[in-house]
Amino acid sequence: MKLTKAKLLEMYEMMVRIRTFEENVKELFKAGLFPGWTHVCIGEEAGVVGACFALRKDDYMASTHRGHGQCIAKGMSLKGMMAELMGKVDGVCKGKGGSMHLGDISVGAMGGNAILGAGAPIASGAALSAKTRGTDQVALAFFGDGASNQGAVHEAMNIAALWKLPVIFVCENNQYGISVSQAKHTPIKDIATRAAAYDMPGFVVDGNDVVEVYQAAEKAVKRARAGEGPTLLECKTYRWRGHHEGDPNQGARYRTKDEIAVWKKKCPIAKLEKHLLKNKIATSKKMAAISADIDKAIDDAVAFAAKSDFPKLEEMYEDVYTLEEEIR
Amino acid sequence: MREITYCDALNEALRQCMTEDERVVVLGEDIGTYGGIFQVTKGLQEEFGPDRVVDTPISEAAFIGASVGAALTGMRPVAEIMFIDFTTVCMDMIINQMAKMHYMFGGKGRVPMVLRTNIGAGRGTAAQHSQSFHSLYMHTPGLYVATPSTPYDAKGLLIEAINNDNPVVFVEHKRLYTTNGPVPEESYRIPFGQADVKREGTDITIVATHALVISAMEAAEEAEKEGIAVEVVDPRTLVPLDKETILNSVKKTGRLLVADEDTRTCGVAAEISAIVAEEAIYYLKAPILRNTSPDTPVPFSPPLEQAYMFGKEKILESIKSLMAYA
Repeated sequence: MKLTKAKLLEMYEMMVRIRTFEENVKELFKAGLFPGWTHVCIGEEAGVVGACFALRKDDYMASTHRGHGQCIAKGMSLKGMMAELMGKVDGVCKGKGGSMHLGDISVGAMGGNAILGAGAPIASGAALSAKTRGTDQVALAFFGDGASNQGAVHEAMNIAALWKLPVIFVCENNQYGISVSQAKHTPIKDIATRAAAYDMPGFVVDGNDVVEVYQAAEKAVKRARAGEGPTLLECKTYRWRGHHEGDPNQGARYRTKDEIAVWKKKCPIAKLEKHLLKNKIATSKKMAAISADIDKAIDDAVAFAAKSDFPKLEEMYEDVYTLEEEIR
Repeated sequence: MREITYCDALNEALRQCMTEDERVVVLGEDIGTYGGIFQVTKGLQEEFGPDRVVDTPISEAAFIGASVGAALTGMRPVAEIMFIDFTTVCMDMIINQMAKMHYMFGGKGRVPMVLRTNIGAGRGTAAQHSQSFHSLYMHTPGLYVATPSTPYDAKGLLIEAINNDNPVVFVEHKRLYTTNGPVPEESYRIPFGQADVKREGTDITIVATHALVISAMEAAEEAEKEGIAVEVVDPRTLVPLDKETILNSVKKTGRLLVADEDTRTCGVAAEISAIVAEEAIYYLKAPILRNTSPDTPVPFSPPLEQAYMFGKEKILESIKSLMAYA
């Protein structure tokens, strides 16, 4: 399918938005503004955006511990996310979830899961729900190459294929499960090969090429909406940063500086920029303006989050259960 | 009132909920034409079709996870796990997902699902089909835990569980499935957190769960012959726990025996004992006693399994030992 210029620009804008968000997160984490852990997706934006752009707002998406980009692409509020990362009461989860558990069902974000692979059965359940309710919604589950070895992922693929559920399994293969490379954790070269075991289509795409990812994801979504069942999409990509911020990864323990440098040259944003310029879809000036707008939006989000209060201590006891009074 | 079995009461609850609310779907292993290992779902697939009564592969993580996802998106799934022992293979889905979603996402998103399962030894099925570790779910914030002991409670609590917007672990008991009792034909709900005083008495309180409620009632009858008035309190739900009824009973009788089939350490009985020790110790005339399973796996050999289990006799013995304190 040919992509319109407008769509390409939107994708570009979204990738820059995610990159800028993550660059800010990196710095704010260093400055001590975020408690706990944070995992950024710099270098992996094309897979995130290509996959999410194939979805509608009312479709479902299960995100991962490295899920900031996934949530932004699904439409979560930047202000709400930034406040959540700081543990503030105006966060999308009122400060109870944090970086690894961003969820907002109103935009179809079913929740970030820090248990690797757990989103696959949950997304399959959302798909089962859509099918039972007779809607044409689909559900997308992100997981990494490491998580692809979790039993829950295989169980989910089996039921999704068996019941022809509208699920898109998206493996963001960044080639490492924390420090263990794919060669050390998986005997096969392509995770997508595993689709064959469940009699569903499996595609390997260049995870740094947003157009390629989008086109494959769109095909998968179309198939899902038509009631033909799930697809496994593997996006080959690379994370530029360590597993988490503060991970002394940069060429030290488990991968080389040369390897990181090679992948930085394959930057998904630079790749799209080149395409936009070459095809006269956008000028450098236009792209600079997009960047400036995003910088402002993110500065606003940071300012909003900084000003927001921490939750009151008694809020610890709220939301453990849904109270009957709330329902009525 | 007509009498039906605990199993049929559960079946009727499911049928009525499925008739009233099309969001209710049932998932599990062998629950379709087979009717479930204990026949709780018999006839449901025939009546509601395979899309609402779903035979699943042997993939507990997949179908409990899918129930969480379906619940978050507008359904009311009721999943059956054949034995509580098998919940261990999907512990992540229960403890990290089903229980935590609502809290982790700041109250956005609800997980109105029921996980039905069962406990109980006595069928010679050894250490992996006979366990009673329902305390584990009582221990997990975010879950409600129902433990029906009679057909009446089974139906009313299950209908409440299905209509409740919180995730519920609904713990049935193997030996109770064939017991009979009066059950209204119409649909009714028993609110969670309301203990039932199954028998009133002034000398000793027995807080008993599941099949031990029956044993406690039998022991109470025997004790009555010796002039001991036993009060039997059945919490019916462990979460929320009706502390008030338990404490009021203990304040009245001054003696407490807790009878629960889980193993001893960190079990239901330990928790209830601790609550009473903290909040009503000055009302006690005697130490608190616990009747529980021993801290061992369930053994296979029949004499060993019989020794592992307990009922009326042990409870009666405990009643007498508590009555020795003036």
